[in-house]
Amino acid sequence: MKSFAYLKPATTVAAAALLAKHDDAKILAGGMTLLPTMKQSLAAPAAIIDLSAVAALREIELEEGALVVGAMARHYDVASSALVRAHIPALAALAGQIGDPQVRHRGTIGGSVANNDPAADYPAAILALDATVITTRRTVAAAAFFVDMFETALEPGEIVTGFRIPVAEMAAYAKFRSPASRYALVGVFVARTAGKVRVAVTGAASSVFRALDVEAALQERFDPDALDRVSMDPSGLNSDIHADRDYRANLVMVMARRAVAAALQNAGQGATKGQ
Amino acid sequence: MEISLTLNARPVSVSVEPAMLLVELLREQLSLTGTHVGCDTSQCGACLVHFNGESVKSCTMLAVSADGGSVMTVEGLSAAGQAKLHPMQQAFHENHGLQCGFCTPGMLMSAVDLVGRNPDPSEVEVRDWLEGNLCRCTGYHNIVKSVIAGAAAMRDAK
Amino acid sequence: MNMSKVVGIGASPKRKEDLRFVTGRGNYVADIKRPGMLFGAFLRSPHAHARLGAIDVTAAGAMPGVVAVYTGEDLKADNVGGLPVGWGIHGKDGNPMKEPPHPPIAHGKVRHVGDAVAFVVAETVEQARSAVEAIDVQYEILPAVVSVVEALQAGAPAVYDDIPDNLCCDWELGDAAAVEAAFIDAAHVASIELVNNRLIGNPMEPRAAIGEYDFATGQHTLWTTSQFPHVVRFLMGEFVLHIPQHKLRVVAPDVGGGFGVKQFHYAEEAVVTWAAAKLGLPVKWVCERSEGFVSDAHGRDHFTEADLALDESGKFLGLRVRTLANMGGYLSTFGPNIPTNLYAPLLSGVYRMPAIHCSVKVVFTNTVPVDAYRGAGRPEATFVLERLVDVAAIEMGIDKRAIRRRNMIPTEAYPYQTPVIVEYDSGDPMGCLDRAEKLADVEGFEQRRLESAHRGKYRGLGLSTYVEACGLAPSRLAGSLGARGGLYESATVRVHPTGAVTVLIGTHNHGQGHETTFAQIVSDRLGVPFEDIDIVCGDTAKVQFGMGTYGSRSLVVGGAALSKAADKVILKGRKIAAHQLEADLGDIVFDAGEFSVAGTDRKKKFTEIAGAAYVPFDYPLETLEPGLEEQSYYDPVNFTYPGGAHFAEVEIDPDTGTVTLERYTAVDDVGTIINPMIVEGQLQGGIAQGVGQALFEHGVYDESSGQLLSGSFMDYCMPRADNFPAIVVAPHSTTCTHTPMGVKGCGECGTIGSPAAVINAVVDALQPLGITHVDMPATPNRIWNIIRNSRAALAAE
Repeated sequence: MKSFAYLKPATTVAAAALLAKHDDAKILAGGMTLLPTMKQSLAAPAAIIDLSAVAALREIELEEGALVVGAMARHYDVASSALVRAHIPALAALAGQIGDPQVRHRGTIGGSVANNDPAADYPAAILALDATVITTRRTVAAAAFFVDMFETALEPGEIVTGFRIPVAEMAAYAKFRSPASRYALVGVFVARTAGKVRVAVTGAASSVFRALDVEAALQERFDPDALDRVSMDPSGLNSDIHADRDYRANLVMVMARRAVAAALQNAGQGATKGQ
Repeated sequence: MEISLTLNARPVSVSVEPAMLLVELLREQLSLTGTHVGCDTSQCGACLVHFNGESVKSCTMLAVSADGGSVMTVEGLSAAGQAKLHPMQQAFHENHGLQCGFCTPGMLMSAVDLVGRNPDPSEVEVRDWLEGNLCRCTGYHNIVKSVIAGAAAMRDAK
Repeated sequence: MNMSKVVGIGASPKRKEDLRFVTGRGNYVADIKRPGMLFGAFLRSPHAHARLGAIDVTAAGAMPGVVAVYTGEDLKADNVGGLPVGWGIHGKDGNPMKEPPHPPIAHGKVRHVGDAVAFVVAETVEQARSAVEAIDVQYEILPAVVSVVEALQAGAPAVYDDIPDNLCCDWELGDAAAVEAAFIDAAHVASIELVNNRLIGNPMEPRAAIGEYDFATGQHTLWTTSQFPHVVRFLMGEFVLHIPQHKLRVVAPDVGGGFGVKQFHYAEEAVVTWAAAKLGLPVKWVCERSEGFVSDAHGRDHFTEADLALDESGKFLGLRVRTLANMGGYLSTFGPNIPTNLYAPLLSGVYRMPAIHCSVKVVFTNTVPVDAYRGAGRPEATFVLERLVDVAAIEMGIDKRAIRRRNMIPTEAYPYQTPVIVEYDSGDPMGCLDRAEKLADVEGFEQRRLESAHRGKYRGLGLSTYVEACGLAPSRLAGSLGARGGLYESATVRVHPTGAVTVLIGTHNHGQGHETTFAQIVSDRLGVPFEDIDIVCGDTAKVQFGMGTYGSRSLVVGGAALSKAADKVILKGRKIAAHQLEADLGDIVFDAGEFSVAGTDRKKKFTEIAGAAYVPFDYPLETLEPGLEEQSYYDPVNFTYPGGAHFAEVEIDPDTGTVTLERYTAVDDVGTIINPMIVEGQLQGGIAQGVGQALFEHGVYDESSGQLLSGSFMDYCMPRADNFPAIVVAPHSTTCTHTPMGVKGCGECGTIGSPAAVINAVVDALQPLGITHVDMPATPNRIWNIIRNSRAALAAE
């Protein structure tokens, strides 16, 4: 890797100040994407601002019907958090399927969401759960956060510090992994929150998106069979050596059905457990 | 930069460049060559070590990130300079869980981490857990067998 | 520790080599540090095909830490030769293959993405890599061709200006007239068109090389990740760098898997050795994985059309095969031999096939050179034949096992001469199939299929038999087929004065457990305790000579040399014993580690004789030399022919096209088994690689740009633990009639039998949809497309 200045602030305020001061600085959250990118010389930042010393960013709390998850909560932390498992088990399950165990021990929710890799899992959850992205400057609704491939609403110097994720009535994530990379070839997160159904799709296009036809059908009837009449338009979807457009469009519908079935099952189990 | 860490149960202070990866510190600077590099896309798992007790890819972690923490490599699994093997190492030996040996250190570190979390993993759980470890020689058959046997031996050792 | 003991043939002692690997004490090339060592990095072509213009290295040379920057012109100016080819084949017209030069660093043109353009040496790897980026190369980009079919079209880009048709060789084997006659008489002809997908071997240890030169002695040393260090010494010393053999040492220490990928002489080996001599300091190069994808030789990549003629009862009458084989941009060490000599002679399989004709066009393209990868030619032959047999069975309405049994060579018909050169010495294909059928619970399959159908899944059962020719190779036969060197093996048994033994052997151990298996052979033959035997390989300064490890040859050829050297030790020991016991040589017998005078209780232990050999106070020196060390070179009289029957069982999810391997059962005839544990491990690993070819792995090039699209583990799908069920392997051995221990070899069996078994299972699962063939790899996308299209076609009917 090319050399860089390594900075390790203890607070988000200090981190933001450093980011403002250094041109061409990058935030190191878990490094699961940044470091491989730097190793391949696809990125060569002059400075790295490591957030690992900002202890507050790792916390996960429940506040007024929403989970508040710090940006530096690792996938493993989210997957094993009793709070997350109790309130949004689909989010814990998603975190538990990201990458492999070693990625989950380093990678963070903030890093994943801020990177907005088109095949990342978290953006689907953030969008479908209608979460709010909390930054050093403001809060941004999920719907406004994801712009395009590797592009978000984050402004220069702005750092994601956490997420406010409303507890859903029902939710589930179904992923079809690329056989090679194990990233999502297609991942579909289905959630019903306060009566409103949202369905977010990752892996299929240049950025995570909401499948509005699917949502409409599920809004009417939250059941896999409600999707029998719905299809996904393949135009605009990704096509590569692993999956052509038509196949991806098919996978969106298959994964959507599976997610709905799982959400219903989760809800059933949750109800049983609760009683 | 000066960093201090616990490495295989011993305190170590070293000077590193910020751009140095943990695996480079281990292999190049500290000559602990049991940790291997098998790819450049963070997928093969040959470089697995434990950081603060959890398996991580040392090719995708900065050496400076280990400052103040504890790192264990395959060399630390069994007592230094002794032939007394860790139960998981012994299980790989007993069950022919290795051929060329290149992926083996990563497999061992991964397996020990798994058993620390799940003392009695099923075959399916072992296969799932090993998602981040590639082996080209064994077809995984005897690796899975070794991990299950190693888990039993670790339970017995407790 | 256990008491010292003899561990013989057929036992499964745990491996001697394990201790260093499980404790992280292996010694791989990348682990080696030499005093003053510099680091090298290659600039590799980003283009598939381009004419090289000016290469400006000024900026790179001025960068911090940079010691030297070399281009192809520098090597040329220093009289560095091209990389040689080990086999020269001849075409139908009798002419030799086209054999263009293969410079270690390109000059004139680059011919594939990854072709080396320059080499930077610096004080650190990072500095060398940075300087690589600063080299300015003028490329005149040319149109590229990557597929064999396209490369043969008129007007296709010419990889070599002087080979306008891209044809390296138009080769054939067999009796074309007899085959035509068979087709005229046929009641049925089954035909198939198939692709054998390009594979990238990816041993887990990337390649690496360190060159070093000692000006005081004139000694060059190369440490390299090689399966055959002596051959590298010979090829590189003789043809590339012109270093006398006694001044060149090649060491292949612990090597992290080979699978063929490391059995070639590579450019990087020559470049680091040459640069180290130029600079007077050691130079190390370690391949990055993504660099390996574009510089390690690839495997397979065939396009084939084949027809099988049958009589009305399903008996085979003749086989016609036309194959286009991709060589890539240069001929690699064994490249042209693989799709010809290691392919066509196996097309008879385990069947009586009265007439065979195979023609192979060997073709240049703008891709990474293609050479041997585990199985090398034999998986390709097996795939053609076993797919075709299934197609014939389906079309003729004959059970797939029945049609095979009807045509199999019965065990009593061995030795069996095929119409394509090879004569099988022994085998029992029927016995393998019988046993495999039971272990695979073929009877219970229908029940399992119904259960899958109940869950909306397709389930299929696939069978493949196979035979391979391994134990390379009888030099006389190999020579007649174009080998440019002999293919024997050598072993030295050095008995120390205490009776402990060091074996120096010319094969190379990189996962196969030779240190254990060979020690068992010595322990068995000499009665020496297993732990008192060390096996040394991989260093030309220690080991006399050797051809190395590939083609399942180590036990077959190397083990035979070892066995013969042990015989010589016994003979010498008997001479010493005869002297010591004052008896006639003819009366001395050796058994269970003791030399005795037949019919008496006068005897000497092996250790006593070993001691006496080195303390020759009273020797009759005119007739008996001191010492106890013997050497043997063994050249096999025939190939060996392992074979077997494999069953794969898959389940397909029609919603996603995912194929799940549910069961895998292999019964293999590998001859005498020295260490069953190690043999099972070889079979399991081989099967996983074959399953990888069938379901996951594919080296894909972009047709227009010639870029490798599957250039990392992100895009090239390596099989993982969760892709497999437990694999069932079992032996059904017949004894090889011509190898000293009856062994046949086992390293490639799994890879040869499994692709056809898996694809036959996939096709079987999809048979309700009328599918008769699926190309490899059977990826979810491919299977989903096939299911969708078939359903649409069925609906339209």
